[in-house]
Amino acid sequence: MKILVGVKRVVDYNVRIQVKPDGSGVATDGVKMSMNPFDEIAIEEALRLKEAGVAEEVIAVTIGSKSSQEQLRTALAMGADRAIHVETDEDVQPLTGARVLQAICDKELPKIVLLGKQAIDDDNNQTAQMLAALSHWPQATFASKIDIEGEVATVIREVDAGLETLSVDLPAVISADLRLNEPRYVKLPDIMKAKRKPIDVMTIEQLGVEQAAAVKIIKTSAPAKRQAGIKVETVDELVAALKEKGLVK
Amino acid sequence: MSRVLIIAEHDGEQLNGSTARAVSCAIDLGLDGIDIVVLAAQGDRVAEQAASIANVDKVLLVQNVLNEQAVSALLAPQIEALASEYSHLLAPSTTFGKDLAPRVAAHLGVPQISDIMRVESARVFDRPVYAGNAVITVEAPEGVVVGTVRTASYPVAPNGGSASIEKREVNVDLPSHTRFVSVSTGAGEERPDLQAAPIVVSGGRGVGSEEKFNVIYSLADKLGAAVGASRAAVDAGFIPNDHQVGQTGKIIAPELYMAFGISGAIQHLAGIKDAGTIVAINKDADAPIFEVADFGLVGDLFQIIPELEKALG
Repeated sequence: MKILVGVKRVVDYNVRIQVKPDGSGVATDGVKMSMNPFDEIAIEEALRLKEAGVAEEVIAVTIGSKSSQEQLRTALAMGADRAIHVETDEDVQPLTGARVLQAICDKELPKIVLLGKQAIDDDNNQTAQMLAALSHWPQATFASKIDIEGEVATVIREVDAGLETLSVDLPAVISADLRLNEPRYVKLPDIMKAKRKPIDVMTIEQLGVEQAAAVKIIKTSAPAKRQAGIKVETVDELVAALKEKGLVK
Repeated sequence: MSRVLIIAEHDGEQLNGSTARAVSCAIDLGLDGIDIVVLAAQGDRVAEQAASIANVDKVLLVQNVLNEQAVSALLAPQIEALASEYSHLLAPSTTFGKDLAPRVAAHLGVPQISDIMRVESARVFDRPVYAGNAVITVEAPEGVVVGTVRTASYPVAPNGGSASIEKREVNVDLPSHTRFVSVSTGAGEERPDLQAAPIVVSGGRGVGSEEKFNVIYSLADKLGAAVGASRAAVDAGFIPNDHQVGQTGKIIAPELYMAFGISGAIQHLAGIKDAGTIVAINKDADAPIFEVADFGLVGDLFQIIPELEKALG
């Protein structure tokens, strides 16, 4: 069984986001870039399925600029067997991204596609669902536990009501939530070894994918800021303030 | 003719409050009509609740035993069959809507707008990115607009409407590849719903353990509040995941949010920035939560909570 895992290069989790004064986006020059944390969890899960003997091969895919290969190298260093880089300098939105992944699925025939539930830059939370829709496959989003038995995946999902269990036939698309696992740290020898693993580079056009109509980003602005209030010294002071606002009786 | 169809979230008996928040967003679109679709096994009660929301014109009730549970792979083809009558499809940006709306959009060949927080015009919206640290204004391309509504940005639309309820047969093949098995909800079901409650009392890593979380429950019960938690508290196993507040948990907008032992990571703050009043209690005077709190009190939550309960009578 092959598992295909999506990887996206994003502004690192710990970077304090700065909106550019001209409203054209957020500052990325000289900013640390990393693999989307949810994608790291997806890679980790695929590797664990391989280590458990469920999967034979883990393939990492990214869609993005040349520098996205850094994130593919990280995936390879974690233990992915090989990587596919769909190279583009354009901003690829979820529907086009899903079409690209579908085209790769048509060639690679994975049984499971594991994606992060959302990228921490655009926060769309769409690509897994869209890929499943286009492929007419099941989807199990926001996964916190995955069990594979034969051609069926049992997935526990983190939903607003609690934990939902779905049973889906393979092939299926599964999106990873935070508590699915804790990704491993990459060791130096693995980074060296990863340099010898193959990365297959192709373009969206070569895959024969038609780009979807895009959502136009008109401007980027800083969010309305909450002003810090006051520090109170005692509980009585706090309760008096809340009573004055009519928030407690 | 431009109309919006809102996909109702419900549990078979009760309409989820997020649906009425989506109606508030739909009103801002300024279209010719607002309809709600209830996909259910029976759903008569849910349809009645939807029909009583003011400004709703029509409720479509699609009954099918396979709609007993909300499974997106089964709901999506039914919604697509109704989509041709509409210019806009909206769902709440809850785990229900986030799972479903992209599947519908992809089948319709259109992008999806996530977490609409402001409507500028029928095709132009504001939405948060980077965990709410930036806001983008976006314009949907031609074709049906499919979006999810950031529920914390919209009030629950009031009742007082009397929409007609229309039963619809939708004849589409539904896949058998996805089967609902079960859902387990965390403790505290007798407490108010986290996403609807006017007061939320929340605990973080500073609470220390599952047992010690009882002090949070105790204060919440005193105030008739819902109970929330930071990701750290959920990860540590102090409290089940459905209590998590933040970017990857629930985004809430209560009138009063009280954070105990929560440092205030960016991802947590993203979930509470629409709260009316934020109260923070933390031992660490430099905790980032104090930068957004209306009232901050530095101290030990285990001393402060009993004092609070006493002061509240």
